[in-house]
Amino acid sequence: MKTRGQISIKDVVKIYDPEGAAVMAVDHCSLEIAAGEICMIVGPSGCGKTTLLNAIAGFHSINSGSIYMDGELLCGPGKPKASPGSDRIVVFQNGALFPWKNVIDNVTFGPVMQGKLSVAEAKEKARSMMADAGLSGAENNFPGELSSGVKRRVEIVRALMNDPAVLLLDEPYRALDSLTKSVMHEALLDIYYKNKVTIFFITHDLQEALFLGNKVAIMTSRPCKPKKVLTVDIPYPRSYSVVTDKRFRELMEETSEAVHEEAKKSFAAGEREG
Amino acid sequence: MATSNNATFAIKENRLLSFILGPRLYLMLVGFVLFLAFWHFAVDVWKLPRFSQMPGLFPVLKEWTNPDPVYGLSLYTAEYYTHIVASCIRVFVAFALATALGVPLGLFMGWSIKVREYVFPVFEMLRPIPILAWVPLAIIMFTGLETPVIFLAFLASFFVTTLNTMLGVESIDESYFRAAQCLGANDRQVFSNVVVPGAMPFIFTGLQISIGVCWFSLVAAEMVSGQYGLGYVINNSYTNVRYPTIIIGMVTLGFVGYATSAMVRAVGNRLMQWRMREIAMSNN
Repeated sequence: MKTRGQISIKDVVKIYDPEGAAVMAVDHCSLEIAAGEICMIVGPSGCGKTTLLNAIAGFHSINSGSIYMDGELLCGPGKPKASPGSDRIVVFQNGALFPWKNVIDNVTFGPVMQGKLSVAEAKEKARSMMADAGLSGAENNFPGELSSGVKRRVEIVRALMNDPAVLLLDEPYRALDSLTKSVMHEALLDIYYKNKVTIFFITHDLQEALFLGNKVAIMTSRPCKPKKVLTVDIPYPRSYSVVTDKRFRELMEETSEAVHEEAKKSFAAGEREG
Repeated sequence: MATSNNATFAIKENRLLSFILGPRLYLMLVGFVLFLAFWHFAVDVWKLPRFSQMPGLFPVLKEWTNPDPVYGLSLYTAEYYTHIVASCIRVFVAFALATALGVPLGLFMGWSIKVREYVFPVFEMLRPIPILAWVPLAIIMFTGLETPVIFLAFLASFFVTTLNTMLGVESIDESYFRAAQCLGANDRQVFSNVVVPGAMPFIFTGLQISIGVCWFSLVAAEMVSGQYGLGYVINNSYTNVRYPTIIIGMVTLGFVGYATSAMVRAVGNRLMQWRMREIAMSNN
């Protein structure tokens, strides 16, 4: 296991518009994520999962509590907003490959901007990482020419080029059909075995969560906090056939009620996408 | 690489072929023929009431292609080209200035809230003032004949370019900014790698409108003051009752204006290969 990428979320509270509507998005949420772990955050749409991700990434401030990474304060007392950095890279829900840059320029963007590698070095590294991820041949295409599955993979490689401690994935496979999804899951695990990066993965798909994660946190509907945290005791490497295994089905049974309950609450409260 | 070049070439050839064989070319020709036929019939055949004073299609064509024109201006006279060149140079200078100032200003207004708060209210108050209302000021402020005319054409063009550029920056999805931040880009790098290319489609839409606006404010300005230029030709021919020459001036403006906006479009397409390919993909 890597020693980087351990995240402690302690008593985090996030209230939107505290002087006006005062919508509580995250309520005294605490969660421990070990270094090199895949932590899946499951909850109904709009429950505040993304708010938590934004706090870790440094896009949003928090109102109280604190978040630490590897013992260092990201945000907390005296520092309401973390500063975004290449140690925590987000893969966005709708994808954020720059459409005006071709694939290789997208992938090399991080190290080149930070001046860590020369353009030539970055390209060499990018080619080898893309080859590892089965993406050779796409270098000179623009993102608009690629399928959504390939785009997601390119975006993950773009993130990994920076050797991040944590990958923050915000429902990256939401728009994909279930067949493509299953291919993407195996591809992601493949990348994970090779890189052992900590993954913070938001989803509302329980099966996805149990298949990928070794920790699954089921969140309450807004305000968001963990309702149930469990460890998936199915060893890696996992092949797609585990979904039909007895243990997998047991875990599904154990968790689906909790998820369903929250989904109903969220529906009753009329939560929308957020 | 050779194969991919051949493939692109084949696609280009196909496009030309499908343009010739497909309906587009013929629809365009039919549109022109109908328009010209209406002109001819309305003026010279049916002699419709409001059209009686207008020069007909064939008299205009005859005058335009006459080596020895009755009213002094045709494809064969050097003066004709002097007017075209005079107008083109003014548009070029005005459009270049408007782009050079409007694009950066729009980028900063879109990017920085502070700049926008300073500039936008003033900008929005000046923008609705019609160009003709600026004529007296332009003549007072600038000396000579060229600069006031160029100033007026510049002004109209500048407002369009600036506004579109600003909207272009505002149209950029927030996640691109966030992604760039995550990947460690500093403000300057975000500006040149996200703000500028992200606003590019809007900028070029704006520039196409802007060059059109540039032409029509130029012509308005030339009609008010000036000794050369197509606007001057039109106005001068009117006061001297040279009706076919008015039409020659108008049609020439149409052609030159069309050519300049096609040039702007071509530059835009060249700079935004990514967009062309994206559009091509979504059409398939």
